[in-house]
Amino acid sequence: MITFNLNGRAVSLRSPDDTPLLWAIRDEIGLKGTKFGCGIGLCGACTVHVEGRATRSCITALGAVAGATITTIEGLDPEGEHPLQTAWRDLQVPQCGYCQPGQIMQAASLLKDYPNPTDQDINVVMAGNLCRCMAYVRIRNAIKLAATRMRERTAHE
Amino acid sequence: MLKRIVIGLAGVAIVGLMGFSALAWRPAIAPIDPPAAASFPAELIAKGQALAGAGYCAVCHTRQGGEPFAGGYGLRTPFGTIFSTNLTPEPETGIGRWSLEAFTRAMNEGVDRNGSHLFPAFPYDHFTKVSDDDVQALYAYLMTRPPVRAPAQANTIPFPLNVRALQEGWKILFFRSGRYQPDPSQSAEWNRGAYLAEGLSHCGGCHTPRNGLGAERVKDAYAGAVIDDWDAPALTDANPSPAPWTQSELFSYLRSGVSPLHGVSAGPMSPVVHAGLAALPDSDIRAQAIYFADIDHAAAREPVVEAAVKKALATSPLGSTQEYDPDARLYVAACIACHYNAGPIPLAARPELALNSALTLPEPSNFIHVVLDGIDVRQGGPGLVMPGYAAALTDTDIARLAAYLRRTRTDRPPWSDVEQKVAAMRQQAAASE
Repeated sequence: MITFNLNGRAVSLRSPDDTPLLWAIRDEIGLKGTKFGCGIGLCGACTVHVEGRATRSCITALGAVAGATITTIEGLDPEGEHPLQTAWRDLQVPQCGYCQPGQIMQAASLLKDYPNPTDQDINVVMAGNLCRCMAYVRIRNAIKLAATRMRERTAHE
Repeated sequence: MLKRIVIGLAGVAIVGLMGFSALAWRPAIAPIDPPAAASFPAELIAKGQALAGAGYCAVCHTRQGGEPFAGGYGLRTPFGTIFSTNLTPEPETGIGRWSLEAFTRAMNEGVDRNGSHLFPAFPYDHFTKVSDDDVQALYAYLMTRPPVRAPAQANTIPFPLNVRALQEGWKILFFRSGRYQPDPSQSAEWNRGAYLAEGLSHCGGCHTPRNGLGAERVKDAYAGAVIDDWDAPALTDANPSPAPWTQSELFSYLRSGVSPLHGVSAGPMSPVVHAGLAALPDSDIRAQAIYFADIDHAAAREPVVEAAVKKALATSPLGSTQEYDPDARLYVAACIACHYNAGPIPLAARPELALNSALTLPEPSNFIHVVLDGIDVRQGGPGLVMPGYAAALTDTDIARLAAYLRRTRTDRPPWSDVEQKVAAMRQQAAASE
């Protein structure tokens, strides 16, 4: 029995230790926002947060995150109003949309480490998240917009 | 004439054997009725609990998935596998019938209650330095654990090395019994650190190279060694990390498992930090940090830190621009999102590979282990998880990553035969399952 916290609630699964976290999230718990891309940790579509940090869930074993706090795109903001999500909508970032949950989760982690990212910071940290529709320019713009709004919000508080 | 020589030699051999047997012989210490848990004061038990953490007793004396302290963990040595024994106070299979005197003798001299010599896989060469008071506290802690029935498993040490009396020979050659003697020229904190490190924490057990008979080469103390297929890095100034292990880096690493300028605890060091030292107060961790910062002359090397960090961070984005080097592209796809640092200092949660210990060691073992198996939530620093790439990357991919990082992030010569080493490590892992 492996227990962890998913989007604020406790989850217990009887899956083997080496079950990929992504399988547990999609097939056993039924949250389909997180996507399967390459299955070998090289495209970023499956990115979730483990203890608040972006992690490729397709190659993260369930046993490796026992007791940890995990957040998926569904849990990033209860209303779907995380500044990255609103910026994403405002700039109409997605095209086909398949990679976007992974992109947003990776970007959210980036903004925690670097609230005021340079182009280089964005390019490097987002480099492992592929977008076959080539929405990269809009992704970068949305990250900058979200970063600006988050900084303004913090300044007001 | 010949007959006389033969008889003479046989006589010498017999007398020698008798003499050795006399030297090797230790009396049994009378069994006792297991003492009631209530007979030990609570403060003594609490002190023993912290000390048992300092010595990571449970790490070796618990088999995977087993009851704590009930033994059965197989320690692989060049001589065979030695299984740890049951330290719970169960009367028949544990130490329930051991008096304090018997327990103290085991710690001081490596002899069990029956008078049999223990193998030095039990690090009595370090535990002999532990004070009588601390041994008494450990005894109180162990004797108040829930008793578990768990008979000892047979070791796989071949004859004649398995003859326990012969351990006396090893002791004559390599072992001196004696409690820790403080160095009056050093501070009380330094001495506390040395007492813990040399005694209960037995750091040399992994970090000091051993001779052909498995004894620590005292002259090369903390020069680094291979343990369970991992590199236990040198703790002296021979440590190849670009930034020295300063007192604050050592404290951070030993306390939380993460050192921003070296990386996170992994492999056999993870339980040392998280299941062992975690029981000690900050003051004891600081004392050990002071001791090791002195051993590796970190204070004198402190000025190089700034330049080392600057140099490392300059390499951090390498590979991320459009380039055709397939090694760089693999690195960017698989690793850079988590390992890149914008500066001016590396973040603890983003292990900077140009500063990471695994990349500068003479062998790629630690690097390969971490890439294959990742770091789970209990092993590294707080909240840090790295996925394992065993199913994702081929031996060739991992060898390419190793070569690329070694080439672009360090000044060290290339590692050799990395691909074969990855394959060997996978086989080893499959065999031990």
